[in-house]
Amino acid sequence: MNRRSLLIVSGLTGAAPLLGRAAFAQGGAQGAQITGAGATFPNPVYQKWAEAGKAATGITVNYQSVGSGAGINQIKNRTVDFGASDAPLTVAQLTEGNLLQFPSVMGSLVPIVNIPGIENEQLKLTGELLADIYLGKITKWNDPRIAELNNGLTLPNLAIAPAYRADGSGTTFVWVSYLSAVSPEWKEKVGVGTSVRFPTGTGARGNEGVAGTVKNIRGAIGYVENAYAITNKLVTTQLRNKAGHFVKPTQEAFIAAAANADWTAPGMAASLIDQHGAASWPIVSPTFILLPKNPTDAERSRNVMKFFDWAFRNGDKLAQELEYIPLPRAVQDTIRAAWRAEVRANGQPVWNG
Amino acid sequence: MSQAATLSIASPPRAARRSNLGDMIFAGACYAAGALVLLLLGGIIVELFLGGLPAFRAFGLPFLWSTEWDPVTEVFGAGVSIYGTIVTAVLAILFAVPVAFGVAFFLTELAPPWMRRPVGTAVELLAAVPSIIYGMWGFFLIAPLMAQHVQPALIDSLGELPGIGVLFQGPPFGTGILTAALILAIMILPFIAATMRDVFEQVPPVFKESAYGLGCTTWEVMKGVVLPYTRISVAGGIMLGLGRALGETMAVTFVIGNANRISTTLFGPGNTIASVVALEFGESETDSLKLSALLALGFILFVLSFIVLAASRYLLRSRLKA
Repeated sequence: MNRRSLLIVSGLTGAAPLLGRAAFAQGGAQGAQITGAGATFPNPVYQKWAEAGKAATGITVNYQSVGSGAGINQIKNRTVDFGASDAPLTVAQLTEGNLLQFPSVMGSLVPIVNIPGIENEQLKLTGELLADIYLGKITKWNDPRIAELNNGLTLPNLAIAPAYRADGSGTTFVWVSYLSAVSPEWKEKVGVGTSVRFPTGTGARGNEGVAGTVKNIRGAIGYVENAYAITNKLVTTQLRNKAGHFVKPTQEAFIAAAANADWTAPGMAASLIDQHGAASWPIVSPTFILLPKNPTDAERSRNVMKFFDWAFRNGDKLAQELEYIPLPRAVQDTIRAAWRAEVRANGQPVWNG
Repeated sequence: MSQAATLSIASPPRAARRSNLGDMIFAGACYAAGALVLLLLGGIIVELFLGGLPAFRAFGLPFLWSTEWDPVTEVFGAGVSIYGTIVTAVLAILFAVPVAFGVAFFLTELAPPWMRRPVGTAVELLAAVPSIIYGMWGFFLIAPLMAQHVQPALIDSLGELPGIGVLFQGPPFGTGILTAALILAIMILPFIAATMRDVFEQVPPVFKESAYGLGCTTWEVMKGVVLPYTRISVAGGIMLGLGRALGETMAVTFVIGNANRISTTLFGPGNTIASVVALEFGESETDSLKLSALLALGFILFVLSFIVLAASRYLLRSRLKA
């Protein structure tokens, strides 16, 4: 029985890729294919867009969420049609790779905590407190500086256990960007990057790892993407924004932050961190697409733009269902203008929509 | 049936003379297969070394013990990872060897014959469990168990002792060096146990029977006859487990806590070479110093594992020949 079932299994696994490929080729015969690779954070919405847009555009999108760094490498080597990165590239990097960068969608981060007796969206924190917690300067939940903000809550005498993403990730980039923006000490001692040297705490792999660590450890605090916190019903906190108001992590607060951002930055690398506005959630960030300015295959490059054009026109609701924040209309128009002006094959603009 | 068998036995010499070309092709293919392995091994070492060269150049020999790992300012050192790799592997051996010895002792001397095969197979099946499963199991089951029960108990008892107490202090995170070592111990247990069982079985029965005839107990036979006879092979089996523990990636990544710090306590988070490479690889750009540092780490791990496995082969050589 053993050997036979083994044979059957190995036969099946051997055949599976072939079956998959056959189905794939069929799809390709009907429509065009484009490939992309990079950031893991927007992966759910890209997959959703790809699935929903296939019928309308006839374009099959094959997106691999391999991490921003790997995505940048792949688009620099032109092994994919578009790259995706959570952290914006600098103008120098863009020039070097001859790449056009534009935002595709926005997301937000929320702190998650595990303190006995504290419910969702109850605890009030500030950016300075978060920075000091992650610097290891505040070590107990009943620290007077936390208690002072939270009159009416009974905070236990419990050690704070900060948890962070151990794998290099855009999530960490956004989180430490925020801590750097609000704490000069963080900026000087730790800095900003997709992975940094955290002075204290424990690292876990992926959103699920951080969430799991926070669930396991009483007194833990961590950070995850809002979408992840909502689908897993994690305990989030309020944060004080730049205007001095405490805001809850809601869609309205995220949209308010996006509305206040300056989108004219070079490389369209708008920073939505710690934005002005009474209702703004302080940790919102766009994620970016990288497109070669000199595509070797104009058709594929045009299909990438077609796909994102479709997503901008029809994908807002899908994005919101997944707790992402769609780009404002004006920004989408700026992106189309950039396509027209900057992406050229043989001197001809690739995009003329 | 029997006719066919005799025929096939008789035919080879004749066939060999006739198809010299086929033989040559076959021999060539076998040589090529053998050479391919050597080429691959050499190629990987050279590639890792060349890839890591910029990091070795930038940081020099202190790369090996520097505990800095700061991707933002691009300062890298392998100290913490090497420390974590060796400490978790050695602790895992400390946990696994007594249990493996117990398993092997039980299977060769104590267990009734009908039990030996099923139990032996079960132990070997432990080796077939994919390491990601151990990782998830460790993270979702063992780590909370450690955080809520084992570590608080250890902190309250052993943590109070002078001297070794410092090893058992600090907040009970659940994850950390100790948990990683425990998971590793379970993962390498089948390798050590299987080797021990095999070498125990090779002790000539006449030795053991003589000892029993002199009135020795089972334990005395084990201690006075079996262990001295197989001492070197047992050490080789342990080295085999050590080699595996050094390179284990996924399971360790889940439970070690992944912090680039050397903590005095066993409950503190740390990292290993394999876990750092696995976690950081996706976010390191081509030609960056970080990628080079990761490749250099890979090279160091390769050399470490190579030494340990070579030692294991050397110690096991008598058994391998037999």
